[in-house]
Formats: sequence, structure tokens, C-alpha cells
Amino acid sequence: MFEYAPAPESRDIVDIKPSYGLFINGEWVEPQSEERHKTVNPATEEVLSEIVWAGEADVDRAVEAARKAFATWSAVPGSERAKYIFRIARIIQERSRELAVLESLDNGKPIRESRDVDLPLVAAHFFYYAGWADKLSYAGFGPDPRPLGVAGQVIPWNFPLLMLAWKIAPALACGNTVVLKPAETTPLTALAFAEICRQADLPPGVVNIVTGAGETGSALVRHPGVDKVAFTGSTEVGRLIARSVAGSRKKLTLELGGKAANIVFEDAAVDQAVEGIVNGIFFNQGHVCCAGSRLLVQESVAEEVLDALKRRLATLRMGDPLDKNTDIGAINSAAQLAKIRELSEAGESEGAERWSPPCPIPDRGFWFPPTVFTGVAQSHRIAREEIFGPVLSVLTFRTPAEAIEKANNTPYGLSAGVWTEKGSLMLWAASRLRAGVVWSNTFNRFDPASPFGGFKESGYGREGGRHGLEAYLAV
Amino acid sequence: MPTLTTPLAEVASSTSTLRAFLHGLPGVDRVGADARAAMLGTRSIKTTAKKQAIDLAIRMVDLTTLEGADTPGKVRAMCAKAVRPDPTDATVPPVAAVCVYPDLVPTAVQALAGSGVKVASVATAFPSGRSSLEVKVAETGLAVAAGASEIDMVIDRGAFLAGDYLKVYEEIAAVKAACGPAGGAHDEPGAHLKVILETGELATYDNVRRASWLAMIAGADFIKTSTGKVSPAATLPVTLVMLEAVRDFLRTTGRKVGVKPAGGIRTTKDAIKYLVLVNETAGPDWLDPDWFRLGASSLLNDLLMQRQKMATGRYAGPDYFTLD
Repeated sequence: MFEYAPAPESRDIVDIKPSYGLFINGEWVEPQSEERHKTVNPATEEVLSEIVWAGEADVDRAVEAARKAFATWSAVPGSERAKYIFRIARIIQERSRELAVLESLDNGKPIRESRDVDLPLVAAHFFYYAGWADKLSYAGFGPDPRPLGVAGQVIPWNFPLLMLAWKIAPALACGNTVVLKPAETTPLTALAFAEICRQADLPPGVVNIVTGAGETGSALVRHPGVDKVAFTGSTEVGRLIARSVAGSRKKLTLELGGKAANIVFEDAAVDQAVEGIVNGIFFNQGHVCCAGSRLLVQESVAEEVLDALKRRLATLRMGDPLDKNTDIGAINSAAQLAKIRELSEAGESEGAERWSPPCPIPDRGFWFPPTVFTGVAQSHRIAREEIFGPVLSVLTFRTPAEAIEKANNTPYGLSAGVWTEKGSLMLWAASRLRAGVVWSNTFNRFDPASPFGGFKESGYGREGGRHGLEAYLAV
Repeated sequence: MPTLTTPLAEVASSTSTLRAFLHGLPGVDRVGADARAAMLGTRSIKTTAKKQAIDLAIRMVDLTTLEGADTPGKVRAMCAKAVRPDPTDATVPPVAAVCVYPDLVPTAVQALAGSGVKVASVATAFPSGRSSLEVKVAETGLAVAAGASEIDMVIDRGAFLAGDYLKVYEEIAAVKAACGPAGGAHDEPGAHLKVILETGELATYDNVRRASWLAMIAGADFIKTSTGKVSPAATLPVTLVMLEAVRDFLRTTGRKVGVKPAGGIRTTKDAIKYLVLVNETAGPDWLDPDWFRLGASSLLNDLLMQRQKMATGRYAGPDYFTLD
């Protein structure tokens, strides 16, 4: 046997303060709220730091700072705004190892992913939108599109720094100012980003970071001084936000849940399809809104594909997120783990067959083994509800038409994957799938130039690409 | 022509059945295969695992010299190195085999007698393979008669690319027959046949997969990437595709076939990437010199240098490792 020795990335590179205030108007300020909570490393349950859950008064202060800064920031020429954003992108690249370690500590994702996926995409997103800042007149939104004002942005815990980049980069490029609330379980990289804004000499008040949970987010999106609300998270919370901004002048984009179909046709390149299935649902422990959580495999090859999948899953390495050879890290929180367990038990009791590879589970922290359910019917809860964990539901189909019908038979429509070596079938399927992104012979690939967003209950508006500018311009 | 009973031989009963079979194999998506190989290349092999990997890699090396300028002296020197790679350290294992041209097989056999290091010979109009079947079979026979226990043959890439799969099949089968009595099972006597696909000339991964199956059906004991005379030689994704092929072939037929990437593997880091690829694709059962080889020459010294660095904490200069 060839056992890989532990290869942990050093955590000495990060400097986590015992507690953090709020980042408002370019300064660290003491909050009015006295509510403080701990943020923990989900792989060990070790307390990393203490953060504030900002109250209405704190949010008000942040929005005021952003309003004040908007007057000057929006008047800065695009070419000058670009310089700040390019500078931020470069600092992120320079500090990428530190940020990757910090992300893995706070979130539980493997360092291989934070290092090779999250951080390169974060930097790429800032670089991409920096390039747009002085070219907005040519983006197709009129000769001189204007920014909206203050953007209130609420982001999730699955890709903390990447979701921050998706929100902040286009907002700044278009001349808006920002109040951003990171998720309560993963605030640390957003707080590190606040330092980066200072390092880049970004004018005070252009970016403000307020930490907290649902109450803080609610105060932010309801605040009358906010002109634009951008939210990524659950459909449930997205509905509340849509309700609270309805009838106001606020422009809204929502990027919500998903239950993506990953369709494997009988002529697919099997080995790569298996990789795509693994990458679709076990990437980031399945904490991915566009995860390929429903595998739709053509019945004629189902056995072969499942055998290959199970063999492959047996090689996945679960454990210390900071180990460079770890494939599957920790579940982000006890609450999320409980939700995954509850839905998995529902899957079993509804009659689907549950399988996991032999997989030692660490004693401390929040862990869930990679899990595959076979014999899943369209009516099972695990085929309909978003699990947001490393749980794959396998369904079969007989004909291409049935595959599309089943894939679209969900309240969600964020993403889909199609695996076939036949170009005509690929195009036929892609044009019929009601999903914001359709991946062709790949899955969970992202690029800042490519717009991302949902159909139906997966939300509205697009982030990324030229399309992503629209959400931050008065058009 | 002698007929061999190998698993799946019935698919080679005609050009059309062979073609239908090979074209019925699942395709390989290049982007996905490249991405998988690159991901496995990021595995971090340190400390005890690295020590283990270095010794295993040394034991897997087919130490090779295939130059027009090869002489008995050069081959004898290489054989001495193969048996005792590091004269200052007796714990360094010998390599798996030396690989030479057919006319130098007697020299190598004599130099390696009793050492356990095997003698492999290239044959079949290596490296181009552009000669008649009679010449190829005769050359194989000569190498075997001279004492080579392993034959590294090249396939007729021209025939393969022209779609004449049956011709390629028949040549491999004929060379296999020329390798010796039993032919077929891995531990029976007769020279082991390594079939060089020259993947740099086959160009597509679909071709690599088809050629791998074709060679295995025809009786190959090993499938080998390259001659080392064509660029690109061995690459991680090509080796990945071949490892998938031997894995699937074992499941389909019950017969296990080895894999040998050759050419361009120069550093310990590269060699370890290949071992990781084996471990996580075909599985740990292939992590043995009987089932996986590294065709290389300069690699050995880098392995020795890294091995010594791990033991002493310091790098010695190149003059502390023998040239050959």
C-alpha cells in the first residue's frame, strides 16, 4: 500500500485576532450592538475568533458611510476606479496562500480547493471587473450608464471570499459603494478583505463590512438608504428579502438554491463523466448551490456508471481540511450537518438505497461521508429538496426526452450538466434545459466572464460577465 | 501463423468486428482527462511516503540506452549501475531491468547474470516499426534467443492510423508468439511482451484507449507509451488513459496487464506523480515492478539524489552520483 503521509499546509501564515469590530468608513469601529458570537473551525470545533452581530444602529452607520462615500466614488473616473480594483486583485494574489488557509480554517473546505479554485477565481473576478470600469459606455447599457448608489449585499458561507468577490467587484467597477454582510459562520476572510481595502488605499466608506446573522442581514436589506440588494443564499431567505424590498425603489438580484440534474447519456466518456459526477456533488462537500445533486443516468449504462462511481468514491480522502491531499473537508456547521442527516434519513425511510464508501470519521468537528442514494424516485424528498451536502441522488431515464423532462421537473433551475460525446445531442439537450448554466462534459466550472444565475426558484438576475454589470447600473 | 488463445480474441476474427469493438469503447474527453491528471499531480507526497515512493520508483526503472553510439562498454557500465545504483549505499535496491537494442542483449545478459535485473530488448524495427512482419518476428526471435526476458515492440502506427487494426493485431500476436512458448499468462515462461503504442503519434486519447485494448487483446503483457524518440513521449494524461484501460481489461477478462510510461520522466517529482496516478487509477495492486515500469535513464540519478537528501538532509553535487 502507498499511504500518503500527512502534508498539512502551515497555519502560521494567518493572523487571526481574538475579536473583530465592524469595518465602517475605512476604520475598525466598536459596535453599538453588544451581541458577540464565536466563529469556529468546523473541522475541530476550535474557537477561531469572536465577531459582532451588528444591530440596526450599526447597520445604519455603515449605510450612512457608504452613502457619503458614494458622492465622491461615483464621480471618480472609471479609469481611476479600475486602478483601485486592479490593486485589490493583485494584493489578493500576493496574499492568496494566507487567504486560502484562512478560508479553509473558517469554512472547513479542503485547502486544495481554497488554494486551486476559490482564490484564483476571487482574483480573476476582481481583474475581470477592473477591466470593465472604464469601458461601461461600451457595455450595451447606453452611452453613460450611471451607478445605483449603495449596494446592500448578503453572502453565504459556502464560498465566503468568492461570493464577496462576485458581489463587490462589479459593484465597485460600476461606481457603487457597498455594505456587505458575510455569513455568521464564515466572516474571517471578509474581515481580511477589509484590511486589503485599506492596503489598497480604497477611499473610506466605499466598502463597509458588517458581521452578523439573519437579523443583521434583514436590517441591511430593509434599510431605506440602500439602493440595491444582492443576495446569495437559500430560497427561503430569498423570498423574505423579495417581500421586504417589494414596492421600494431597490433593485434586487437573488441567487438562490438549486437541485441540478447531471445527465449522463449512454455514449458519454465514462471515466470523465464519473469525474464530473464527483466534482458535481462532492466538490466543497456539496455546499454548492449549483451542485449536481441529481444524477440522471441512462438506464442502459447505469450499472457500469455506478460501479465506476463507487470505485472512484472509495479513493476520496476525507479529513483535515489543511492537509494538501484532502478531497473532502468538514461540513460547515452543526446546523447544516443536522439538515443533511435529516434529509438523508428521509431518503432511507422513503425507500432509496443508501451507500457510502468506507470512510473513517474524525472524532471532533462536523463530518458527513460522501453518500450515494440509488433507486431514487422523482417523488422522494431527496430528489426535490436541496440538501446542500455531499449526498447524491441517482435516478435513471430511458430516452433523451425523459431525461429533459425529469431534469426540468424541479422548482429550481440554476444549473445542469450534460455528458455525451455526440454534439447534436448536447445542443439538443442544452437548448431544452431550463437552467441558468448548462455545463457540457464538465461540471462546476466557473469563469468571471460567464454570467451565472437561475430560473424559477433559483432566483433572478445574473452575476458575472457583461450581464453582471446590469445589476449595478441604473438601466 | 500461430494462433493464441487470449481473452476477447474473438473480436479480432475480422477487420469489421475488431473495428466495431474498438470504436464501441467509451470515448475519452480530453479536457476531463487532462484535468484529472493535473489534479492528481497536486498530491503532496512527503516524509515517509516520499521515502517509500523513491525506493519503489527505483525498483520500477527500466534503465535504458537506445543510441546508435551504444557499445558493449557503455552497456556493461549501465548494467553495473542497474545492479548497484549507488555504490556508497547498499540499501539502494537494484532497478527492474535494463533496456537495450537486440545486438547488445548478449552483453547485457552476461553483465547481469545472477543479479535479478532483467534484460529487455527493443525489437520490431524500433523505433519506427517500418519493416516487414518477417523481419520483426526474426528480430524478436534473435533477441529472445540471446537471452532477453522482455521484448519492447513497437506497433505499426501507420496501419493503426489507416484503420487497419487487424494488421496491427496480427503483428502483435505474431511477435507475442515469437516471444516464447507459453505466451499469455504473466508468470509463465517466455519473454514478456511490452507493446509500445507511441502515443505521441497516435495523437488522440481515443486512439490511445483503442490501441491499448488492441494490444491487450493481441496478448501484450505490458502496454508502453513511447519509444522516447518521438515528442511528446510519456505524459500523465496518456498514462491515465492507459491505466484506465488495464483496469477495465482486468475487470472484463480477468487478465492483468502492466503499464510502462517511457520518455521524458526525468525528476523524482515526475516519477512520484506517476505513482500517485497508478495508486488512484488502476489501484495499489499495480504498484509493483511486475506491473508498472518507468522507462528512463537520467531519472535514476535524481531519485538517488533525493533519496540521499532525505537521509542526510543535504543535497550532494552531481559528481557524487555516477554517470552510468
